[in-house]
Amino acid sequence: MPTERLLMTGEDMRRVIARIAHEIVERNRGAGGLVLVGLQRRGVPLAHWLASAIEAFEGVEVPVGALDTNLYRDDLTSRPQPTVRATTLPVDVDDKVVVLVDDVLYTGRTARAALNALMDLGRPTQVQLAVMVDRGHRELPIRADYVGKNVPTAADEQVRVRVGDFDSVDEVVLVVDASLVAAEDGARA
Amino acid sequence: MTTRAPSEKATTSSTGTPGMGAGPRRHVLDLDDFSAAEIGALLDSAEAMREVMDRSIKKVPSLRGKVVVTLFLEPSTRTRVSFEQAGKMLSADVINIGGAGSAAEKGESLLNTALTLQAMHADLIVIRHPHSGAPYFLARHLRSTGVVNAGDGMHAHPTQALLDLMTMRRHLGSLEGARVVIVGDVLHSRVARSDAFGLAASGASVVLCGPPTMMPLDLLRANRDGGPDGGPDAGSNPGPGRSLPNVTVEPDLDTAIAGADAVIALRLQTERQAAGMLPSLREYTRRWQVTEARMALAKPGALLMHPGPMNEGLEITSALAHGPTAQIEEQVTNGVAIRMALLYSLLTGTEERP
Repeated sequence: MPTERLLMTGEDMRRVIARIAHEIVERNRGAGGLVLVGLQRRGVPLAHWLASAIEAFEGVEVPVGALDTNLYRDDLTSRPQPTVRATTLPVDVDDKVVVLVDDVLYTGRTARAALNALMDLGRPTQVQLAVMVDRGHRELPIRADYVGKNVPTAADEQVRVRVGDFDSVDEVVLVVDASLVAAEDGARA
Repeated sequence: MTTRAPSEKATTSSTGTPGMGAGPRRHVLDLDDFSAAEIGALLDSAEAMREVMDRSIKKVPSLRGKVVVTLFLEPSTRTRVSFEQAGKMLSADVINIGGAGSAAEKGESLLNTALTLQAMHADLIVIRHPHSGAPYFLARHLRSTGVVNAGDGMHAHPTQALLDLMTMRRHLGSLEGARVVIVGDVLHSRVARSDAFGLAASGASVVLCGPPTMMPLDLLRANRDGGPDGGPDAGSNPGPGRSLPNVTVEPDLDTAIAGADAVIALRLQTERQAAGMLPSLREYTRRWQVTEARMALAKPGALLMHPGPMNEGLEITSALAHGPTAQIEEQVTNGVAIRMALLYSLLTGTEERP
């Protein structure tokens, strides 16, 4: 069994969402012209959480989309094949401020793929990135604008963000013995 | 339910070709070695591909640098263009070879043509061939190039079956428990065969209907040795034929169609009459033409499908073919999406060049 260390409880995650929601509205001087785009899969529920939080204190309903980056990955032939999931944008992203939302920022390659995917769908005036956890080890010049928690990690560790929609619990854990994680992933799928 | 056990699938997942072993699928030759889960995953991925097709810029970079060759040694418009479009939307380089104008005209053998393409580092050959089993033959001899069967003789047409499954699942929600009637010349129809395997694997029940001379009795003979009709390349076929308990035959169309969720009308090749398999076209039309009155016996909103090209007024009435229940254009659209999903699945992932 891989060993897990709890990094954030559901309550911690909720506080982070509330803080980032405020930061997004502060930085963009309101919520007009914003679009939240969650990266499949766990970025999508996080984007919905942010939208609810913003609506609660700002009274503005921010559109939420979902983006699948798999068709744009640069490592399609060097790792097991991921399932392509839905890309749905409720509004045109032209001339909007798009906040990409993901669970974990690691190498930066998913964010790179997301930028390319987004550019094929329109021309936002600005793209920002919000993540629940930044675990370091970047391989590309990419940084997040909004970070829930910075977690120093070793390369053989894994950060797992769990959200109720998929995992029946809200929490963030550090998986210390990651050698067994692939097997666990297989069982989960 | 005829879902195969995972272990059984693992042993036949690539081609059933001896020595292939387990691992990612390299070839798609028929649906008889697909599990419900594998079909479901392809259909899911095809739904994502439909979103790409709806964009104003209909192209994603996933298969950049991959070479797909369509080798069509039998006439076809929709299937060949569909594969070409699917490849191009995923940024693969697609090269089209037909019978006329190629070295096949000079008498080059199929194997030598394929080996030449492999030597040029083609990643995938999509083949349509008049002889049943030709794609299996290539899959056995190609080391690094994958093979997709785009229709071989009267044997199999797996991508047509997948697009039929996708069309039905989109409209019915699930294939599990659906009642699907396939009417016409089932015996000579590669579409019907592959449809039957895919539907049976997905938990649907299939009713085959048509003149008794055109029923594939061999397909229904469970667990016989070799593949359907003794099999293309019978000696090297994947093993025992698939048992298809959910497939039945009902020669009377009114009975077959009662309560159906979907009806697939097959193209009637009129030369079959000369071969003595049909009494007369008039009698065929009277007994097996899909008409408004007959569709009224199916479930309300039942789907009408046809693999095309249609003989309007023969196996299907013109009014129905262009009516609200007809899914013929939807099938064509889904065909591009499912072929995108298939190309993506075959050409990405690890170990694709062992």
